[in-house]
Amino acid sequence: MEWSWQRIPAEYLVTGVKLARGGKLAARKGFLHVKKGRIEAIGVGKPTAEGLPALDAEGLVLAPGFVDTHVHFREPGQEEKETVATGSRAAAAGGYTAVVTMPNTDPAIDNAGMVRYVIDRAKEAGLCRVLPTGAISVGREGESMAEMGAMIEAGAVAFTDDGSPVASGKLMANALKYAKMLGVPIMSHAEDLSITGGGCMHAGYWSTRLGLTGMPRAGEDAATFRDIELARATGGHLHVCHVSTKGAVDAIRRAKIDGVLVTAEATPHHFSLDHSCCREYSPLFKMSPPLREPDDVTAVADGLADGTLDCIATDHAPHTATEKELQFDQSPFGVIGLETAFAVGNTFLVEAGKMDLGQLVQCMTERPADVLGLPLGRLDEGAEADFVLLDPKRQWTVATEHLRSRSRNSSFLGETLCGRVMATFLRGRLTWREEDPSLG
Amino acid sequence: MTFQRKDVLGLEDMSAEEILLALDIAERFRAVFDRPVRSVPIMRGRTVVNFFHEPSTRTRISFELAEKRLSADIVNFSVATSSFSKGETLRDTAENLAAMKIDMLVVRHKSAGAAQYLSKVLECPVINGGDGCHEHPTQGLLDIMTMRQRLGDLRGKKVTIIGDISHSRVARSNIWGLNKLGAEVTCCGPPTMVPGNIARLGVKVEYDLKRAVAEADVLNILRIQLERGAGTGFPSNREYHRMYGVTEDIVRGLKPEAFIMHPGPMNRNVEIASEVADGPRQVILDQVANGVAVRMALIYLLSGGDPGALASSDAA
Repeated sequence: MEWSWQRIPAEYLVTGVKLARGGKLAARKGFLHVKKGRIEAIGVGKPTAEGLPALDAEGLVLAPGFVDTHVHFREPGQEEKETVATGSRAAAAGGYTAVVTMPNTDPAIDNAGMVRYVIDRAKEAGLCRVLPTGAISVGREGESMAEMGAMIEAGAVAFTDDGSPVASGKLMANALKYAKMLGVPIMSHAEDLSITGGGCMHAGYWSTRLGLTGMPRAGEDAATFRDIELARATGGHLHVCHVSTKGAVDAIRRAKIDGVLVTAEATPHHFSLDHSCCREYSPLFKMSPPLREPDDVTAVADGLADGTLDCIATDHAPHTATEKELQFDQSPFGVIGLETAFAVGNTFLVEAGKMDLGQLVQCMTERPADVLGLPLGRLDEGAEADFVLLDPKRQWTVATEHLRSRSRNSSFLGETLCGRVMATFLRGRLTWREEDPSLG
Repeated sequence: MTFQRKDVLGLEDMSAEEILLALDIAERFRAVFDRPVRSVPIMRGRTVVNFFHEPSTRTRISFELAEKRLSADIVNFSVATSSFSKGETLRDTAENLAAMKIDMLVVRHKSAGAAQYLSKVLECPVINGGDGCHEHPTQGLLDIMTMRQRLGDLRGKKVTIIGDISHSRVARSNIWGLNKLGAEVTCCGPPTMVPGNIARLGVKVEYDLKRAVAEADVLNILRIQLERGAGTGFPSNREYHRMYGVTEDIVRGLKPEAFIMHPGPMNRNVEIASEVADGPRQVILDQVANGVAVRMALIYLLSGGDPGALASSDAA
């Protein structure tokens, strides 16, 4: 039987691929054998099964489907920016087979019914595993704890008030204790708004030069220090979101050495871009935390390379074109990132010599899955067949036509990046394919 | 030499030659002010729009006067009287302005970068009348013009800017322009208002007022924005006056020929003692007159005016 992209069979082989798993890229070519959505066999050399339809992906890398611990899909309430369906489409185009959605929707995801709503919308779309987080506090107002137990039963994987920090240390401590009982992490948007409030970019030379109000690094550092101490005191699992400062990276490194249960993520924009990108006042470089100093960018990349920072998370934050055409200080925080994450990682970490491709894949698969304690991001026999085909040498210039999100607010528009997701498979089914004749 | 640029958005991207050209033309217009008929027909039939998205009296009147003396047709609109306060975006504003086929836009906006944005979407020249805390190039030019009238060549001359440098577009335009002309700039104020990294723009930072002004040829005193309220970075007006107010005592410590500037409006007995504001060292009304001349010069140059032609025309 011939391979057909149009009718992907229930049982098939992918051959001629280099496998990326366990933090390593295989030197020899190998194969993947998929049967009824699961991995029947995987290995180097020739497949033992014969007579099956085979996708010859000669020259490509086969990796587990990517896992993102931090996306904003905006539904319900801001469907003009993104929906669970359009966000899932963007995820698939970026090689993602599982994403963790943030609860700062309108209304906030702060009860079991809302968690189920997001899961139902994701099932309708069917393009990506969508793992909702619930809010720590009712209405994300930072006052009283939301019903975390009920949300866990409904399918929530972690809790966070992301978008806003948890100002009250008492509430944060309680949340860490309570989530520990439930066996899930608390994800912290670590920012002391009494230090950063009113700012719209990193406080430094460029904010001074441009006349924009700055958000000092101390605002992120101080909040990260506090949360680490609360995690130390409570024994709860703290996951620090979108780490952007050298100070926070250093603090997390020390905390891990001390044995504090802390994990952390970094976004592609924070290990590739610095605050000088704001020089033309483009809101496509406005996000929170903001783009920082070059030594912060280096610290974040080094933190990923040495394992201080566990994983890459996009903080995919869609906003409408109208909102991103406002003046810099008026425009909302956030940029999209799902479609470009692998290419940015490959360009700024692998090509730049910070890590090899095997490690990059690990930062986007196993490690985020481990943060969540979920059996994802691996290519094990018997597991569901979530995988991607990557061309790490393929150059492309990011254009709006590459974006599948409902929004277009990417920091990388017009940038030439190296590395392309050629196809994404969820449970053995195709969810994305680069239209390219070289791929059958 | 003529102006090759479409817009004047800041002194950051202007060359020393362009700045000097604008100031030379401004001097010629300034000479017209003493005539019985102060207007020249240079901009007859052309429409200049003054778009003020932030309250302003002095700058708006100065631009209007400059435009009237050049015989331009003028349209004013400001936040209070237009739909722009109703949530219309700057892009919509720009498209409307473009459709109306105006010849020049003067814009004052509370957001840094607004003038730059409009200049990219509009074909007509744009003059930045102040954008957020970024730049206020016409104020910078009129300040420099006033300094040159007294000091001549500014190379090696010492200018001390005093006040809330963090939030001052006037300070930034002064710094860029003065640096280009070879002056030595010192910024002075409490550390809460003078970010240390301003030094990277090529200025000295000095937190002690007496030391900051001892060698100065010019003091440019910024207005303290009392309306900023809490979080201004100083405890009280009284304490600001005690620490950074330019008083007669401070003036006694100045070089004999040093003079004092202020962009107005003044907070008497806060950043400047009333006696100093009315005293013999201040040149504030010269600044006001120069402001009209500088704005005339920029409008003239941006509308394609030939500096050579001006010499033999009405303005000469």
